[in-house]
Amino acid sequence: MGEGFHPTTAEELEAVVKWAAAERTPLEVIGSGSKRNWGRAVQSAHTLRVDGITGVVDYEPAELVLTVKAGTPLQEVEALLKEHNQELPFEPANLSAVLGAPAQSGTIGGVLATNLSGPRRLKAGAARDHVLGLEAVSGRGEIFKAGGRVVKNVTGYDLSRGFCSSWGTLAVATSFSIKVLPRAAKECTFVLLGLTPQEAAQAMSEAMGSSAEVSSAAHLPHGFCPLSQEHSITLLRLEGIPVSIDYRLDKLRSILKRFPSQELIEGQASRKTWGDLRDLVPFAGSNKPLWKISVSPTAGQQVIAELEKRFAIRWMMDWAGGLVWVEMQGDEPHDVPLRRLIAENGGGHATLLRASAELRADVDVFQPLPETLMGLSKRLKAQFDPHNILNPGRMYAGI
Amino acid sequence: MRPYETDAFTAYRQLPLVVVLPETVDQVSRVLKYCYDNDVKVVPRGAGTSLSGGALPLEDGVLLSMMKFNRILEIDLQNRAVVTQPGVTNLGITKAVEADGFYYAPDPSSQIACSIGGNIAENSGGVHSLKYGLTTNNLLGLEIVLITGEVIRLGGKHLDSEAYDLLALLTGSEGLLAVVTEVTVRVLQKPETARAALIGFPTSEQAGKCVADIIGAGIIPGGMELMDKLAIDAAEDFVHAGYPLDVDALMIVELDGPEAEVDDLLERVSTIAEKNGSSYLRVSQSEEERNTFWAGRKAAFPAVGRISPDYLCMDGTIPRAALPQVLQEMQELSEKHGLRVANVFHAGDGNLHPLILYDANQPGELAAAEEFGADILRLCVKVGGVLTGEHGVGIEKRDLMPEMYSEDDLKQQQRVKCAFDEKQLLNPGKMFPVLHRCAELGFMHVHQANCHSRIFRVFR
Repeated sequence: MGEGFHPTTAEELEAVVKWAAAERTPLEVIGSGSKRNWGRAVQSAHTLRVDGITGVVDYEPAELVLTVKAGTPLQEVEALLKEHNQELPFEPANLSAVLGAPAQSGTIGGVLATNLSGPRRLKAGAARDHVLGLEAVSGRGEIFKAGGRVVKNVTGYDLSRGFCSSWGTLAVATSFSIKVLPRAAKECTFVLLGLTPQEAAQAMSEAMGSSAEVSSAAHLPHGFCPLSQEHSITLLRLEGIPVSIDYRLDKLRSILKRFPSQELIEGQASRKTWGDLRDLVPFAGSNKPLWKISVSPTAGQQVIAELEKRFAIRWMMDWAGGLVWVEMQGDEPHDVPLRRLIAENGGGHATLLRASAELRADVDVFQPLPETLMGLSKRLKAQFDPHNILNPGRMYAGI
Repeated sequence: MRPYETDAFTAYRQLPLVVVLPETVDQVSRVLKYCYDNDVKVVPRGAGTSLSGGALPLEDGVLLSMMKFNRILEIDLQNRAVVTQPGVTNLGITKAVEADGFYYAPDPSSQIACSIGGNIAENSGGVHSLKYGLTTNNLLGLEIVLITGEVIRLGGKHLDSEAYDLLALLTGSEGLLAVVTEVTVRVLQKPETARAALIGFPTSEQAGKCVADIIGAGIIPGGMELMDKLAIDAAEDFVHAGYPLDVDALMIVELDGPEAEVDDLLERVSTIAEKNGSSYLRVSQSEEERNTFWAGRKAAFPAVGRISPDYLCMDGTIPRAALPQVLQEMQELSEKHGLRVANVFHAGDGNLHPLILYDANQPGELAAAEEFGADILRLCVKVGGVLTGEHGVGIEKRDLMPEMYSEDDLKQQQRVKCAFDEKQLLNPGKMFPVLHRCAELGFMHVHQANCHSRIFRVFR
């Protein structure tokens, strides 16, 4: 995989960044490198890997807070929490399969730096919603902390959440405090068969607007994957204690009784279904361009309908219709028309999750920003990383 | 201009240079640009309910009231979103959607009066934030105006921000980064059932242990509050909520959701309470009774106001496990400073509201109260907590910031400020004990290029 800096402590990492800042030498900052094929490629002579800085700093299950070093493998974090019947509520995706990285690679730092959240984001919030504090080294080589280890904290600006989705371009994190929650006692998935995308969006909206406390809602079109081989399927996930799930299931059946073709996926099968959708398993094994589109929930199916008129696509909807994954089957350029469609349907953003290096170099991987917002973003980058040494160009030219 | 000379942190008063009440985004933009061009300071203000002096005017600054921005712009229940102007009250949002069974989750105790724009500035919480999150977790989008007059839109009805998460930086920024002119929040379906249990304990330690055990058992109540003896007595005397007077600590636990779930969890909570030596238990049997339980808690501050000429309200957060230790040490501090303290906590998330009782007419008591308060906050930091859970730093806790943050920590915070407001014209004097000039912060010491070769390795 090459050579580069591989610090094992925050102090070693600080020394590397100080040196790079003094030398004005850019660093490609990665955790284990599992998301290297996502985003813009970084041009730099040196790589700084954070996955040598590992370990649990503090974990008191009754406090619902985990403090962990940034390079700790996600898999280890999840295994530890599971031992105590807890979990990361935002259920981060493991994108190894879809991005062609080694199986089960990825660090907790990488998850937070990209604000990666799975299907339960709909109810539980995003990765950034669960970050309480961090320690990091800025592009000036200054080690600093922000936030704390408690849930309620308004002492100063919320730099810990601000770090999330900064892709290592503002600071390199060395540890995080994260809010965790108990695992649900039980889960099941209520399934509606054969709905059109429009009907599915309506059904998901009604379910989300009810007191059934649906924690994930997705729609897979007919023929998209083995699960939807015969009909399209609309999936509504319920989690909680058994007596509550039974009641809420009845509620959903009654609200959605006009769609008579209903099924139930229970227990382990339900977990597996959502795990596969979270990790984008149906999109694995190809290198066709894959877009992540975030729009208002009702706009998702409209964007799909318009896209289908112009391009050959494979797609699925998550987050009750607000998250659309679109795999382009052809080679024609699609970023500009795609983003125009989003703007015409209430706004949102599109990110190119997977594509060849050539295509990623050619199009805007992240949503282009209006001039004023780009100006502000560049000023923020310049404050934290004045010499542009941390992942330069990872998100945008100059950022 | 008198109504603007202070906010809900009434210890400090100052008349502003001038009060401006814009009605349109364009007016806000032009006012700010004028101030930017002419180096005039600006203090943004919502409803003026800040408990930390966040909206305290400046003698030489414009006071920019956003209260004419008082309309809800769009209710989109299909997408569970409400788009509103910032001067609408927190409760006003819930009122607008409650006929359809929805509500806006964060519920600070000033929710009748406080504005949603002010909630953004302070990242307001409330008694239900344990389960439903703070303002930052319920915010979808903003329109802001920078001090330069530039208008920027962030987020919308979709989830997650594009590029940097500026929504996160703006929420809780206490009016130092930008002026909010439009807000999009998510609204939730109201839970079908909510029931509360009133649980009394002979000692605060037992109550604290019970809180930790409930959370440890995997139960996340909608709200979990604690009051100590002084607060219980004051509240009961004021609103007659039917609180037991022979307990040292009183807990209100509220469970919400489907009825069957609520009943099941209440049963488990009762068992945990008994194991921790509870001496009193009453579960609400009606909506009226539940509201009565809360009436005492919600009136706790004014109730304490009745038994003392003045009081200081503190706002630290601690890890839950430290609760017994903090209560013990706070009692010792009370004796040291010769002042009484009543305690009201959002126990579920470790957020303490000690109320320090004093009499401003007695020479030296205000100073003693302030010192007592500072000692309590130092104690919070010592046990791994923070200076403020939901009231903000403002001017009140500004000088305590170094208790929690190092010089380098504070510099990073100020760099955010410099990215948004290089001239430092927006709400200066709040949050930061020392204001470095942005140019000075930009200076970088050139370090000896000294990179240990042992960190350089060949990867697998």
